[in-house]
Amino acid sequence: MATGQIEVLLRQAFPAALDVAVADRTGTGDHFQVSVTSERFNGLALVDQHKLVYDALSELLEDGTIHELRIRTKGT
Amino acid sequence: MSDLGERIKEIIDSEPVALFMKGTPDFIACGNSARALEALRAVGAPVTAIDVLPDPQIRAELTSVSGWPTIPQVFIGGELVGGADITEELYESGELVSTLDERLGSGWREAARQEKVIDLVEGGQPFRIVS
Repeated sequence: MATGQIEVLLRQAFPAALDVAVADRTGTGDHFQVSVTSERFNGLALVDQHKLVYDALSELLEDGTIHELRIRTKGT
Repeated sequence: MSDLGERIKEIIDSEPVALFMKGTPDFIACGNSARALEALRAVGAPVTAIDVLPDPQIRAELTSVSGWPTIPQVFIGGELVGGADITEELYESGELVSTLDERLGSGWREAARQEKVIDLVEGGQPFRIVS
């Protein structure tokens, strides 16, 4: 199930993350809401924080597993 | 860079607020594009809207310029702000207004609000401004 894959990829990209949450937003299996709290975001503009999340999930975005992604990021 | 890529860069650099979206402000084709547009409208920001749907090359060129993989994309003062999530978050925190002030100067607040639509691909006419 894609939520599991997404969480694994996020935890790999943000190993010291205080919080990683992934939800199937619409129940259709391809619209996801993710939130990550990590010190990797400290000092970064939101656009750069979100780019890190996009980078972590780029394969799933490219192959269509993720059709839509909503992102919430927070530093520590 | 291709002609289209150059035109996209030109728009980003010259428009105070550029919104690359799915559909147009009058015919919004996607909920996330609507979110970004509504946040900009709510603070009274000028908006130049560019529909990415007419040609898949538009998205491809835009992403290679911005490094952002999805639509919508909001640029203020030539700099990428982000997509719908960020634009809404900044709106909620008041930072959307301060970002506009920082990058455009405060003149945008008093100016009569303008919403422009730029048509990137129109049967041979590559660039037409429709107010």
